[in-house]
Amino acid sequence: MTGIYLDNNATTQVASEVLNAMLPYFTEQFGNPSSLHQFGNKVGFAIKTAREQVQSLLGAELDSEIIFTSCGTESDSTAILSALKAYPKRKEIITTTVEHPAILELCKSLEKDDYTVHYLKVDGKGRLNLDDYRKVLSPQVAIVSVMWANNETGTLFPVERMAEMAHEAGVLFHTDAVQAVGKVPIDLKASKIDMLSLSGHKLHAPKGIGVLYLKRGTRFRPLLRGGHQERGRRAGTENAAAIVGLGVACELAGRHLGYENSTVMRLRDRLQDGILAAVPNAFVTGDVLNRLPNTLNIAFEYIEGEAILMLLNKEGIAASSGSACTSGSLEPSHVMRAMNIPFTAAHGTVRFSLSRYNTPEEIERVIAAVPGIVAKLRKLSPYWGDNGPLENPEAMFAPAYA
Amino acid sequence: MWDYSETVKDHFYNPRNAGSVDAANATGDVGSISCGDALRLQLKVNPETEVIEDAGFQTFGCGSAIASSSALTEIIKGMTLDQALKVTNQDIADYLDGLPPEKMHCSVMGREALQAAVADYRGETWKDDHEEGQLICKCFAIDAVMIEDTIRANNLRTVEDVTNYTKAGGGCSSCHEGIEEILAKVLAEQGMEFDPEANSWPTPIPTETIPAPTAGKLTNLQRIKKIEDVIDQVRPALQADRGDIELIDVQGNQVLVHLVGACSGCQMAGMTLGGVQQQLMEALGEFIHVVPVQRKAVGG
Repeated sequence: MTGIYLDNNATTQVASEVLNAMLPYFTEQFGNPSSLHQFGNKVGFAIKTAREQVQSLLGAELDSEIIFTSCGTESDSTAILSALKAYPKRKEIITTTVEHPAILELCKSLEKDDYTVHYLKVDGKGRLNLDDYRKVLSPQVAIVSVMWANNETGTLFPVERMAEMAHEAGVLFHTDAVQAVGKVPIDLKASKIDMLSLSGHKLHAPKGIGVLYLKRGTRFRPLLRGGHQERGRRAGTENAAAIVGLGVACELAGRHLGYENSTVMRLRDRLQDGILAAVPNAFVTGDVLNRLPNTLNIAFEYIEGEAILMLLNKEGIAASSGSACTSGSLEPSHVMRAMNIPFTAAHGTVRFSLSRYNTPEEIERVIAAVPGIVAKLRKLSPYWGDNGPLENPEAMFAPAYA
Repeated sequence: MWDYSETVKDHFYNPRNAGSVDAANATGDVGSISCGDALRLQLKVNPETEVIEDAGFQTFGCGSAIASSSALTEIIKGMTLDQALKVTNQDIADYLDGLPPEKMHCSVMGREALQAAVADYRGETWKDDHEEGQLICKCFAIDAVMIEDTIRANNLRTVEDVTNYTKAGGGCSSCHEGIEEILAKVLAEQGMEFDPEANSWPTPIPTETIPAPTAGKLTNLQRIKKIEDVIDQVRPALQADRGDIELIDVQGNQVLVHLVGACSGCQMAGMTLGGVQQQLMEALGEFIHVVPVQRKAVGG
């Protein structure tokens, strides 16, 4: 039985075109792009092409605005730490409660270094209140960092509008767009976004390659110094093969943007409708009308996500969950908690994230498998009776804390 | 995905004694819904003999929580209440051929459900006596609450102190930042500041004198004896699968072993060695690296 991969927000398969483009850079094209001789020269030109391919997907004005890094997390850290260093008198940061840990953990660590971080809250559907945002924008803020699309629910934030507001207040704006690039149209030259992070392995390029977009003229302080690579803004010998692969992946993503927003979206909607029609006490989390075309996050009430994933895995279906147990922590996903999803549902959230490689047949097989899995676990659940949840379930089963 | 044993997977995919028990006369509800694990254990106890004639569970939780519940019911059926109360969480974990350190709390929940159910049968009130915190040290499964309490009770000052008293941080050492944060927090409550260069407490033995064996430190001989004991304990299980393991040498924190028969070259060899390594670390309270070697390659 072949597996059905619906965990594309975690990582994606490398496209065969991408792999083929990369292979020569592990063998005959091994030169250092900085070298003058023919071995290096060709690699240098290949990186130049890749930079233009990334520029084109992002709609950046200049190819010099593209800085290759090792991953999305490095891009995020570089952006925030650069702003703090460039504006040493500004001791505040604005972000949201639902960011990726690459931002949240960095901000928590900066709080220990006496920075003040404003975490913008979200409502039950994961949406921000821009009036709250306006209130905290001030000349004390060094940088605003807000994700373009949420990795768990797919909910989109109005980052272009928020960048304009930051700009009016004289504050730098960064967006973590690792989930958005390749799935939503992006035109950075027409926006006020100063910095943007992307990650190769979320769009069918390999792991270990990322990009920081840096709008021309944005004050910048490198994280890694010690070389002239990337115009001195990110020292370290280029990961040439991965850069070439990312270039091809960006070109493919640009070509498939319409497909993502039509065919993939329809598959996602079919999956959602099929599951909700067959499974009671289940609901979609996040902003259903304003989210990534490939992402579906469903909360299955009264059961736990890791158990769902293990049974899905047994059927060859790969997805992920916001339950505490999948991460080994004591709390369910911070995104679900931020949206005030009750514990009995937050632990049972499952994220299905599609790609252009999924087929209608696969989606139908998932729709056929899910109801039985949920029913099996609910049969074990102390909150579930013979035909549905117990009346007033939280009173019927109120365990002593152990 | 977690590194679950085949037994854990079996008890998760095919749970024994799931559901409520007819004519149950004891119920224990434990767990924490915020943490995502909760369990209802029901028993049918013979009032004459106090023998558990039937047991059943309903669990809201992950794979290992369901497997731990299933294992618990299998273990206690047929026992008297007094026998059942002697079942420890380690017994549950052993029955399942081990649980990942992050998941040991699932077995603790099983034991507590049992205590709660017995208390219910006897008309007593069961009181939870432990609080669980964020898991800090993954090598030895030590959580934040345990570390905090130990720091307070013994006026600890340094990471080394914490390792000596709790074992936390004595393995791979990647949790030292977390331990420092807990130290800083507890010391701040006492109006003190955490000093990374402070001497550990009690003052360490000066390096120029040869340390006499103390309660905490093992002599080389004791240490090797312990390593042998652990290896001897795992051998019967391997021999049952037509394999074996031999201790070849101990070099610093490296324990060199030779896998024999069906074990050598087996795909499960890595898992076996990982398990032995974990048991050695727990027995010795220090970081141990188990290295598989060919016998002739050593000492030649």
